[in-house]
Amino acid sequence: MTVAAGWTPDQPIIRIVDVHKSFGTNAVLKGVTFDVAKGEVVCVIGPSGSGKSTLLRCINALVPIDKGSIKVEGREVHDPALDKLELRKKVGMVFQSYNLFPHKTALDNVMMAPLHVLKRGKDEVEAQARQLIKKVRLEGKEAAYPGELSGGQQQRVAIARSLAMNPDIMLFDEVTAALDPETVKEVLLTIRELAEDGMTCMLVTHEMGFAREVGDHIYFTDRGVIVEHGPPESFFKSASDPRTRQFLSQIL
Amino acid sequence: MRRYQGDASCAGPAEPAPPAGESGYTAANFTPRALAIVLGVFCVVVLAGEALAQMRSGGPSRSIVATLVAWTPLILFGPPREFGGFALNIAVSFLAMAIGTVAGLFLGIGQISLSPAVRKVSWAITQFFRNSPWLVLLFFVMLLTPFQIKIAGYTIPLPAWLKATFGLSLPVMANFAEIVRGSINSIPTSQWESAESLAFTRMQTIWRIILPQCVKRMTPPWMNWYAILTMATPLISIVGVNDAMTLTQDALAAEQRSELLMPMYGLLLVFFFVYCYPIARWTIYLERKFAVRS
Repeated sequence: MTVAAGWTPDQPIIRIVDVHKSFGTNAVLKGVTFDVAKGEVVCVIGPSGSGKSTLLRCINALVPIDKGSIKVEGREVHDPALDKLELRKKVGMVFQSYNLFPHKTALDNVMMAPLHVLKRGKDEVEAQARQLIKKVRLEGKEAAYPGELSGGQQQRVAIARSLAMNPDIMLFDEVTAALDPETVKEVLLTIRELAEDGMTCMLVTHEMGFAREVGDHIYFTDRGVIVEHGPPESFFKSASDPRTRQFLSQIL
Repeated sequence: MRRYQGDASCAGPAEPAPPAGESGYTAANFTPRALAIVLGVFCVVVLAGEALAQMRSGGPSRSIVATLVAWTPLILFGPPREFGGFALNIAVSFLAMAIGTVAGLFLGIGQISLSPAVRKVSWAITQFFRNSPWLVLLFFVMLLTPFQIKIAGYTIPLPAWLKATFGLSLPVMANFAEIVRGSINSIPTSQWESAESLAFTRMQTIWRIILPQCVKRMTPPWMNWYAILTMATPLISIVGVNDAMTLTQDALAAEQRSELLMPMYGLLLVFFFVYCYPIARWTIYLERKFAVRS
């Protein structure tokens, strides 16, 4: 995606302003506003049903918003004239349930989008895909089908699959929620390395320890609004809002 | 189907292992017993006919078995230097299935189109052809289509068997369209979502991601419709095609022996049964196999 005229990398890469979204009569987002800077790692936490996943889906236009504005690299995501495919080429997304393509091997899963969406050459795509599989520490699993991999391995293939599009932003939607504790670590390690490489990451997560360690900024959402936010140290030590404190006391 | 669902060492949700006895479809499994029963019934019919013949006829007439044997080549392969008989039934079933499958695929995809107009038209076509009697459809196609068409100076003849094939493909098309629509809908929406988030277009998502996953769900019902279609092919005899049914009737007319009626039609039933029964068994086997693993 060519960035919008006037946008420079020192401005927020994601700018969310007063976003509202309802499903029928159920208001999920009720005026959410925040910015994400390039290279920043933002963690969104909060009880289930507080609109975290919906917010992520709004950023790559999987879900349309009712009111407000979301700008990615200066482009209004919900402008009807926007080419959604161009946006999605630059915004990778990883899901809770991995959603790998079960009829394709790990390598093919990683190669499919660059081959068919970006129309890049096969040799180049395969070389990059093998490198990415190595990066997520799954060397030797290239020919395995998703059903032959553990949850943690599948999730790392899913991360590699998103990275193969060379995105500017990665969205992670509770990517460790469906995993058993041993495999959570390997996925978090992969995300941490991504963050250290300077990838802009937005995570919806319940891994408080990870959010504290890797996050640059924590947002706590409840019932469709951001209740409290701040850098991890102050957020976890001295949350002022009673709802945040209650939530943290249950989790930590 | 291991490549789809993984093996026992997979850490994902546990899947029941296939029962040990399910070694699959083997020739020694079901087919011979049912075949033996059918052939046994057929022999009884022939012997009864034979007895009837001996009671009735004073003069020497050819035995029923010899008569059946004598007509079998004609009924199986048609008159010399002509394509017909049971082989024509099979050829018509192949062609009608091919046309019906391709047309049904597009009709099924049309039913999930984002355009309401395409969706409604596809739905209407599907419902119309699914709920029409095959024989009436066959007459309609025979009467509606010309016996030849002219394209760019060339005259292409449309023989009766081709028109009949097209007529049979219509209900197959409509029923396969429903199979396509149903199996596309059975793929979890998360597959669509992840394809969408990787910037696949809708058409790319359907052809590269959704439909390949549908193949194994669609195969058993598709085979079932193939068997139904094959059993319906004698319908084409009413439009003057030399298929196995027409030739059986011709043979009976030539023989003029009423005691031959049951054995001759019995022989025709045996041909169809021997062809269709293994398909039905194989379909059941595949259904079980896919049900266990998915």
